[in-house]
Amino acid sequence: MINLPWPSGLLAQAAPAEVDYIANSWLGIASYLIAAALFILSLKWLSHPRTARRGVRAGEIGMTIAVIGTLLIYRAVSYKWIFIGMVVGSLIGAPMAVWMPMTAVPQRTALSHAFGALAAALVGTAHYYTLYGDAAIDRFTMAILAVEVLLGSLTFTGSLVAFGKLQELVPSSIKGLPNQNAINFSILGAALVVGIWLTASPMQHWLFPILIILGLAFGLCLVIPIGGADMPTVISLLNSYAGLSASLMGFVLDNYLLIIAGALDGSSGLILSIVMCKAMNRSFTNVLFGRMEPSAGGTSDDIYAGKVKSATPEDVAMLLEGAQRVIFVPGYGLAVAQAQHTVRELATELERNGCTIEYAIHPVAGRMPGHMNVLLAEADVPYDQLKEMDEINPTFAQCDVAIVIGANDVVNPLARTDPNSPIAGMPILNVDQARNVVVIKRSLSPGFAGIPNPLFAADNCLMLFGDGKKALIELVAAMKEG
Amino acid sequence: MHNLEPKLFTFLLATFLGLEVIRRVSPLLHTPLMSLTNAISAISVVAAIQVMSEGHTTFNHVLCTLGVIAAMTNIIGGFWITDRMLKMFRREKPRRD
Repeated sequence: MINLPWPSGLLAQAAPAEVDYIANSWLGIASYLIAAALFILSLKWLSHPRTARRGVRAGEIGMTIAVIGTLLIYRAVSYKWIFIGMVVGSLIGAPMAVWMPMTAVPQRTALSHAFGALAAALVGTAHYYTLYGDAAIDRFTMAILAVEVLLGSLTFTGSLVAFGKLQELVPSSIKGLPNQNAINFSILGAALVVGIWLTASPMQHWLFPILIILGLAFGLCLVIPIGGADMPTVISLLNSYAGLSASLMGFVLDNYLLIIAGALDGSSGLILSIVMCKAMNRSFTNVLFGRMEPSAGGTSDDIYAGKVKSATPEDVAMLLEGAQRVIFVPGYGLAVAQAQHTVRELATELERNGCTIEYAIHPVAGRMPGHMNVLLAEADVPYDQLKEMDEINPTFAQCDVAIVIGANDVVNPLARTDPNSPIAGMPILNVDQARNVVVIKRSLSPGFAGIPNPLFAADNCLMLFGDGKKALIELVAAMKEG
Repeated sequence: MHNLEPKLFTFLLATFLGLEVIRRVSPLLHTPLMSLTNAISAISVVAAIQVMSEGHTTFNHVLCTLGVIAAMTNIIGGFWITDRMLKMFRREKPRRD
């Protein structure tokens, strides 16, 4: 087994015959140091849109340097297979980047978490069997390897299920079995028992495939019952797991670059998960193991009866004629209807009238963190018009018209008023405080939380029923005529 | 596997550094953030090469080649789509008065 001799080991090893090898090792160390620094800079530069693309460059250069450095250190490696692997990987990866529509970015992200976890699990497995062949597994290595492979395999299937749900290959109506949690915990418990057994006797190699199968099963069972609106949290958590398993791989392989890069990915996933959970006022355990119970409060009939005002595109166009300040509130329905470009058209039309336009973005709008921002940026909306919830909430009262497109639970005032509601305490966009509200929606059907929305029955609210894109096109046409 | 202590410190420091740096990323860019960190964690391609150099069985080579494929998919796809997304983020054009 070739191991990178770190400086402390070098002094002892400096036999003349090894000079070449040591020189390469130093080259390797240098390349890893530069790569680690570039990865950190990459994330630092990403913090602002002005420098963000420089961040991507830094990441790319860091990655290239790391790969070249590694190829220089490990000369014994079969270059042919690595070359083939890189070509095939590039051929799969490039189309996933170039032709992927922006509405499908959540699916792509879930799939890439699956690939990342798969790589970690495969490499961990290969490493185990290599060590097994040399009869050289100590218990400590085994323990970390077991956790690494378990995380890798559960993230692999979990991400595949998330991909299937986002791509609508797996119906999101599947809510799992009644005793799903008991099943999940049994599988996890069994996996832990196998992992501990392996740690106690690492040469029991038949246990290793069992560990992998249990990991795969756990990932599947964990994500299957989780519904669409919880996807932003789930994707962030899986992101964190994928990073953590890469980092653990670094512990096993004495590779500090893997430890650092994996930890960066892991902490990013962790931060995003926390942001998403806060934005829904829920905990990790509640997202993973909780079930949304329909509220015992008023039924939709009590709330809506006789109070919902339906409007035509012409009515709304007239309302918008005189508006000085309009806020758009996009939700996942906007992505489904692919209506981001039409929204932009309407905004241009309004700006021509001297109206100020802003977009209110709830953190969990869409199916992954930041999804709405990307969609609107694609439609050429300048990013200084995209406002975060905390920034725009106090200003709804000074807004003439708030236009809600394909959002529901994130604008439901019950979150503020009804402590028994399943979304009680969830921070919402205070759309109801605007002078006028227009909701573009197919029907009065409830959102993910399964509860009615009193906003739709409010005095200042007009409903424009229809497909988001079609309704907006009619609205733009009515504006142009008016 | 030895030197646990420096590894744990490295992990700890990298995690804290990551938390501090990423906390400053605007929510505007959370989607590109996720695809960029995903591409960076595809550094496991390095692990695949390292493990391939250790073993000489076909089994080892097959697993590691598959590992290289999976990681490379994320490297190419991740950096590329991140750049594609970031290209779209523009400031408002200066108003013509």
